[in-house]
Amino acid sequence: MSAIELAAENGQPVTEDLSQSPLAIRGMTVSYGEQPVIFSIDMTVRPGEMTAIVGPNGAGKSTLLKAALGIVKPLSGRALMHGKPIAAQMDRVAYVPQRASVDWDFPTQVLDVVLMGLYRELGLLRRVRARHIAHAMDCLRRVGMEDFAERQIGQLSGGQQQRVFLARALAQKADLYLLDEPFAGVDAATERAIIDVLKALRDEGKTVVAVHHDLSTVPAYFDNVFLINRRRMGEGPVAEVFTDAALQATYGGRLAAGQAGLTAAG
Amino acid sequence: MLADALLLQLGYNATLVALGAAALGVAAGATGTFLFLRKRALVSDAVSHATLPGLALAFLIMVALGGDGRMLAGLLLGSAASALAGLVCVSYLTRHTRLSEDAAIGAVLSVFFGFGIVLLTVIQTLQSGRQAGLESFLLGSTAGMLLSDALLIAGGGIAVLLAVTALRRPMLMVAFDPGYAEVQGVNVPRIDLAIMALVMAVTVVGLKIVGLILIVALLIIPPVAARFWSDRAERVVLIAGLFGGLAGYLGAAISAVAPDLPTGPIIVLIAFGLFLVSILFTPGRGVLAGLYRYRRFQREVHLRQGLMALAHGQPVYEGLTRRLLRRADFQRADGVTTAEGRAAASAALRDEARWQALRASDRLAELAVRDDGLTRIDEVLTPDQVAELDRRRAGPREVPDGL
Repeated sequence: MSAIELAAENGQPVTEDLSQSPLAIRGMTVSYGEQPVIFSIDMTVRPGEMTAIVGPNGAGKSTLLKAALGIVKPLSGRALMHGKPIAAQMDRVAYVPQRASVDWDFPTQVLDVVLMGLYRELGLLRRVRARHIAHAMDCLRRVGMEDFAERQIGQLSGGQQQRVFLARALAQKADLYLLDEPFAGVDAATERAIIDVLKALRDEGKTVVAVHHDLSTVPAYFDNVFLINRRRMGEGPVAEVFTDAALQATYGGRLAAGQAGLTAAG
Repeated sequence: MLADALLLQLGYNATLVALGAAALGVAAGATGTFLFLRKRALVSDAVSHATLPGLALAFLIMVALGGDGRMLAGLLLGSAASALAGLVCVSYLTRHTRLSEDAAIGAVLSVFFGFGIVLLTVIQTLQSGRQAGLESFLLGSTAGMLLSDALLIAGGGIAVLLAVTALRRPMLMVAFDPGYAEVQGVNVPRIDLAIMALVMAVTVVGLKIVGLILIVALLIIPPVAARFWSDRAERVVLIAGLFGGLAGYLGAAISAVAPDLPTGPIIVLIAFGLFLVSILFTPGRGVLAGLYRYRRFQREVHLRQGLMALAHGQPVYEGLTRRLLRRADFQRADGVTTAEGRAAASAALRDEARWQALRASDRLAELAVRDDGLTRIDEVLTPDQVAELDRRRAGPREVPDGL
């Protein structure tokens, strides 16, 4: 238990220094109706590193992300960026939603989707200029999709769609990247392309947080892990937190023996 | 007569009405596109039917105050107020009860419309002689329209268009991906409200010409037809506006020539004609283009299967396959394979064998996803890669003569 937590236990007033963390969540509870989906979550993301949010289905992983972003209104709690409310700094946050959350038959082309990442710059009426398109093409190049700029998005494979979503987030030039299941249902080539881009972002000093469901790749891909099953079940560097015991606790015995063997300690 | 109407030769008033209807149609098509893409097309039905009680109440109030009950601006104000009440009811029922949106729409639509019809009947019994014309708001009419009415309608349509132009980006973002739009600083509830406000404006402004029962069609049919013509939302908006404007203009012109016909149904039928042309004849998504692509693909598959059968020395039974083989001069009418047929069959066989080899190769195996039975391997690989595959195989087998 940290000094701060001990102080809180003893009822002393606490002023945490969260100015270093690009995303700190405190006491976040979200409920649909009267059923809490996540309960009193605390999370402190380390700057310039990659963090996986891991937990069983229905554990509230996506909800945690959406609540942090303000897409879902929490019942209580707050999300801070460098110690100040994140809502006022959303221009520094990029978001990659779950691929299944949109209608891919929507009449739009790949380049148009990436240009949505420039909405803050373009606003309501500013014209899309050559430099905007050049920037969007650059983002497509980083995810290997530059040849698909004029495709209708419905013609893309699942992996290609996911890469387009990533390119749209890159276009924002943000400092904090929040991704919801970026590897769900994508091919091996896409998974490699995405992880390369994310690691490059980290190496530029950006912070990456991703909801992740494939336990076997957590140690290879991420620096930190946040375990969640409605409540916070553990948080920290993969080597320390991603243990068989912690996973068993998080998944409540629903984890097959083989899967548990994949952890850092196993 | 109709030619005169179409060329705006029927006098100042009819011309202004036609132009007003065109402006309304453009506004309706463009606005409707966002509603359609947001997948809330049905809400407009509730909005339009909810205008009726407000319309009737406004009439009663204006008459009670000693004015002319038919003043258009007053009637539209009343209908806007009750449309808003209907909209609030739908969103309250959806958000705070277990009713889904479609059930809420059905309930609100019928109750408001029923109440409106009761009020209309009351007006008819109370004030014989002075109520003439209120029923025309059900199906729309251009007969006896005042110049000021036409100007009001045209002005309303243009105002809606300006608002659509200004808000198109956030409205499209919300329609495509509301969560992402929120993160990008778009106020999603406010944009949804703006879409509904624009729909309400179009409905209210269009009441006189199209009528409240069919205004939905002018909001929905143009975008649905336009969707066939483009895969880019901004173009769909433009084309939908064009279709809506065309329907409004033609409908008003026809109505000027045949004043007994209700204007709304004419406009809607013209819009439907545009939809029919779109669904049938669009190059990419149209039904005929799809049918043509399917047939061509079917022939390709049959020809390929026929060639493989020839290569393996098997008989071909299927009629279509035999016809295709004969038409390509691969087989004579008596069933004997020609020299070209043998060459094509062995080429097909070699292709098949190369795909097999590709699957076994370490470096090229990833490309096996491109094998759909029809794609030739030299469309996927460079000549060098094909040569390397050939070296790995025993060498191409030739089809023996006399098949």
